[in-house]
Amino acid sequence: MLKVIDPGLASTIQDLGRPGYFHLGIPIGGAMDQFAAQMANRLLGNNENAALIEAVFLAPKLEFETDTVIAVTGADLPIELDGEAVESWTALAVKAGQTLSFGYLRGGARIYIAVAGGIDVPSVLGSRSTYLIGAFGGFEGRALATGDRLPLGDGAAAQSGKRLAPQYRPPLASAVELRVLPGLYWHRLSATAGDNFFADSWNVAPEADRMGYRFRGGRALEFVPREQPFGAGADPSNIVDSSYAYGSIQVPGGTEPIVLHRDAVSAGGYFTLGAVISADMDLIAQLQPNMQARFVKVTMDQALAARAARTQFINDARAALQ
Amino acid sequence: MTETRFTFGGDEHLLAECSESMAMSSFFKSLAVTRQIQQAEIKGITEICPGNASYQIRFDPDVIHPEALLQQVKHFDSTTLADEAAIDTRITEIPVFYQDPWTTETLMRFRERHQNPQQTDLEYAAEINGFDSVEAFITAHHSAPWFVSMVGFVAGVPWLYQMVERERQLQAPKYLRPRTDTPKHTIGHGGCFACIYAVRGAGGYQMFGITPMPIFDPKQQQSYMRESMVYCRPGDIVKFKPIDQAEYEAIEKEVEAGTYAPRCAQVRFELNAFNQDPDRYNASIIEALSHA
Repeated sequence: MLKVIDPGLASTIQDLGRPGYFHLGIPIGGAMDQFAAQMANRLLGNNENAALIEAVFLAPKLEFETDTVIAVTGADLPIELDGEAVESWTALAVKAGQTLSFGYLRGGARIYIAVAGGIDVPSVLGSRSTYLIGAFGGFEGRALATGDRLPLGDGAAAQSGKRLAPQYRPPLASAVELRVLPGLYWHRLSATAGDNFFADSWNVAPEADRMGYRFRGGRALEFVPREQPFGAGADPSNIVDSSYAYGSIQVPGGTEPIVLHRDAVSAGGYFTLGAVISADMDLIAQLQPNMQARFVKVTMDQALAARAARTQFINDARAALQ
Repeated sequence: MTETRFTFGGDEHLLAECSESMAMSSFFKSLAVTRQIQQAEIKGITEICPGNASYQIRFDPDVIHPEALLQQVKHFDSTTLADEAAIDTRITEIPVFYQDPWTTETLMRFRERHQNPQQTDLEYAAEINGFDSVEAFITAHHSAPWFVSMVGFVAGVPWLYQMVERERQLQAPKYLRPRTDTPKHTIGHGGCFACIYAVRGAGGYQMFGITPMPIFDPKQQQSYMRESMVYCRPGDIVKFKPIDQAEYEAIEKEVEAGTYAPRCAQVRFELNAFNQDPDRYNASIIEALSHA
């Protein structure tokens, strides 16, 4: 068992996600920074899809009740085992009775804590990920709380010592470029608004969570005038409610873009101007409020090339851990 | 029928918009095409989401190239004739306590976010839709059945589109600013759509009433949700039944005991027959419930 001494801000159990139920309004969920979760598990010899703890902004304090091996990846922050500094992106041996604690973030936003054998919570609809709004998955369908005791899978075979070389740890910048494929309801924007969206610099707003990231600071977007279609609603940013894409960017009222992430609402009545490409979704997971982002326009061919490059990078990182 | 517009959402989603405006034919087309695509079991498709007047396919571009997927989906879209379509579905009677104390209390708390703070949501909706009274509006709301035209938002919320001619559709804007609270199981209305809030939470739809019947059950304790934790499915037909507080409380007790089951019957829906005389067709569909 793993005991929660202090849960941090909003720590949840996640694996790589729950695909297949978006048509029912149940989002894919799973680790926001997929690469960090995959590597945390791989360092321990776990299946990459094993359940682990995702913490955001403020990490938890945990006490181990058994000897095991752990790995911490994702954001950059001081990590201590019984008060002794230890390394991230490294498989660390821990003894029963030891306490894992963290300092304040130096970079990034989300911290992944994997334990040998994975966190052994029940699988719901094929995943151990927590879906907070639906109150299921993870540990009792909720964020971790003080006193929780998390069951662990069999990690007897795990060994300490593996370390992911620094060149495979994604840089944690305070300003990022997010590549966007324009599309969906892009035609609703005036040509000037479309140009401004990509030209302006945006800041992460305080409303930034697993459902979506809101940005502000750019110019308000103008719409192509039209008589609103039947059923769409009166605001020019309204459409007849339709399915949303992960990564899609909606701009309610034309003012503040929201990028939907892994706990996205599955559908709604706001126009979307395109979507952040799959290769850049992990970058969003490591953004804190007030960090800067620019949106960069790409074509489908460029999006697919970026996806292939990312797959190559993940495979290289996997190979480096062999 | 307008031509479907196809557009990609990043490198993993394809959105098909059957029409910009809401129409029964567009919804029906979305449902028919997505069923065809489901049956085709195309490798690389990971999610199929039918929508009100559109549908979305999520895919893995490492398995199927976006252009190849587009060609296949276009093929299904152009060969599926919604007007000839018919579906085997079910009609469910969902009890509604209109003008209940809980949504009334909530709407009073958020009056400053409403178009007309002097009226309740029902008074406002009745007036802008040209009804003489709230009672007449409520009658229009529950007398004709509704199609579940999309499921989603969070935790299995159904969008419902009433099975009446466009000129009889009830319409209402969303709140000027969304509420931070909506009671669980609220019957809402925004644009031309009704919805049922599956869980408590934020919301912007007008609030008309509340149902005692759970439609989302993650622990699957209700007998009618053993198959799926989400009750509503696109293509379902829903008939609202007005109930009073005593009936509401009686059903609530049954729900707590796990013995409640809604009245439900299998029906076949044919769009052509419906279009010829919606009221008469609806009556025959509702009739199925009396044998349930």
